[in-house]
Amino acid sequence: MLNKMLNVNSSVTLPKSEFDTLLASLRELGYQTVGPRVRDESIVYAEVEKLDDLPRGYTSEQGPASFRLVSGGHNRYFDAIPGAQSWKQFLFPPHTNLFSAEKIERWTIKSHQETSPRYALIGVRGCELAAIEIQDRAFLRADFRDPVYRARRERLFILAVNCLHPAGTCFCASMETGPKVRGGYDLCVTELDDIFLVEIGSELGRDALSRCQYEPASGFVQSAAEKGLERATGEMGRTLLLDDLPSLLTDNLELEHWDEVAKRCLSCANCTQVCPTCFCWDAVDHTDLLARNTRRERIWDSCFNPQYSYVFGGTTRPNIKSRYRQWLTHKLGAWKEQFDTYGCTGCGRCITWCPAGIDLTEEIVSLREEPQV
Amino acid sequence: MIAMPHTAVNPDLLLNPYWAEITKIKTEADGTGTLWLRFEDADVRENYRFAPGQFNMLYLPGYGEAAISISTDPADSNGLVGHTIRFVGNVTKAISHLKVGDMIGLRGPFGTAWPMEEIEGRDVIIASGGIGLAPLRPAIYHIIHNREKYGKVLLIYGARTPKDLLYPNEYEAWRAAGIDVQITVDRADETWDGQVGVVPMLFYRFRINAQKSAVLTCGPEIMIRFVIYEGLARRIPAERIYVSLERNMKCGQGSCGHCQVGPYFICKDGPVFRFDALEKYFNVEEY
Repeated sequence: MLNKMLNVNSSVTLPKSEFDTLLASLRELGYQTVGPRVRDESIVYAEVEKLDDLPRGYTSEQGPASFRLVSGGHNRYFDAIPGAQSWKQFLFPPHTNLFSAEKIERWTIKSHQETSPRYALIGVRGCELAAIEIQDRAFLRADFRDPVYRARRERLFILAVNCLHPAGTCFCASMETGPKVRGGYDLCVTELDDIFLVEIGSELGRDALSRCQYEPASGFVQSAAEKGLERATGEMGRTLLLDDLPSLLTDNLELEHWDEVAKRCLSCANCTQVCPTCFCWDAVDHTDLLARNTRRERIWDSCFNPQYSYVFGGTTRPNIKSRYRQWLTHKLGAWKEQFDTYGCTGCGRCITWCPAGIDLTEEIVSLREEPQV
Repeated sequence: MIAMPHTAVNPDLLLNPYWAEITKIKTEADGTGTLWLRFEDADVRENYRFAPGQFNMLYLPGYGEAAISISTDPADSNGLVGHTIRFVGNVTKAISHLKVGDMIGLRGPFGTAWPMEEIEGRDVIIASGGIGLAPLRPAIYHIIHNREKYGKVLLIYGARTPKDLLYPNEYEAWRAAGIDVQITVDRADETWDGQVGVVPMLFYRFRINAQKSAVLTCGPEIMIRFVIYEGLARRIPAERIYVSLERNMKCGQGSCGHCQVGPYFICKDGPVFRFDALEKYFNVEEY
């Protein structure tokens, strides 16, 4: 069999029609295959069973506070830069039941131990894979391993995709997370007009491919993919100069510009909800009226919520100025000290989905321009 | 449930508490009380250990969790863990309605401890205000058990009114054990014939050997700020001023993000910090 000859790190070409076989193989291996789909004039991540479930022929046009899905002009499946959702929801779900407590005479607890779903993520871009690796550092620390995240992460299959048509809010090249995927995948696809070029990143990836009809990747195909990636790097909608980060932020906590951003920021928390790396969470109890049954749940939280920093006597950050400052100085400042990486991948979601169109790349430029103390 | 050695933290079940029974409740001041808790699980009861300055997350079903410092003696626990609580928040107000025999959930201990070994041989200035004495009381007990290991020990403690002072019945015992206990209140009443004024003010009244001294401080942030000024003004180096901070906390494990100050997660990198590590962030408003 040809697949015996396949090595991890080798590349093959796959006719597009064979992608259905790959998805079927993954499902037979026990994976729930999730990928980009068109819904409500945007792109969401949801169950995909066949290639035609993907957003064929679509492209997304993105700018500050603007997302438009347009179709036509091509027949490719992976060209639409995703919408507000990120893969975060599959590893760090927005709602997780932790336990129920019941009081008959005394309180007893029933832990919620889910059988973690096995997800195969279909179409993970460089920035998105980098985001997963950033969340790994927050949730899988030596001194604390989040059990919910860990169970899902260990069972994950990643089909990555090299990104050939970045959107107007993208700056992954600046963050060095894309457009080329930098490892950490089981399979990595580059989509050309007629075929997929597939790089094999793991034995699991090789096994998933084994029932497909593929051919060795020719030099021509490989160089076409390389050229596409080079072009994509030049088409980034935005840039972010990292030179003086993180100290630009951590040493300038009292610049006047923070007041200026606060006039525009609505503190709506959209940026943190769409961010693929934001990891903050809260825990809440849902209780019956007799207060004898309660269900404790973990939910996403945001540093833009006023109650986020509440302690008796007041909140640490009562003003929008201090909340925006916390968010930005964490993302591109303190995060580096905490996890030896930035908390930003250059995916641009916080720019696209900010209702006020605040653009962190521009805010960094403004902060840099203000005379520093 | 499998516990990590010496802790009541389940690594496999997020936020799942261990049950403990309230064995004793003592009213300490207006709206403040101490609850002694006894773990239901014998293994946890036997193995649970904490260090002065650490805290637990106390859980009341239907209300949620609150981060509460441990206020009793780590060396003399009898299987009981004590928490002095100001009943002011959602969770703590509900806790104030509990009775002896009621159950409460507990996870912990979390956070860093007072540097009891590092400061051996030094004069120790303990400066605290209000409920801030609670996390320092285990340190005071530790000093009393090991009195010969420390130089002069000065406790400056203040509260708003004489009725708000914590542990008033213990001051004499502490003095007898060789601690200079100085108490002050912001507003006196007809019962009070002691000092009136804020905690940092009392620094002026003592001859402090800066080369030999260490400061441990906990209380309202404004008080901490001025205690630090007084300490630094007397040339006690920032590396020997230790501060315990309070922030919103939901997990205790450096995961939920709420308690961040700059690069730190107060719940795991603190609550006790050496001031030189905090200096850069401490005076930034609303940071």
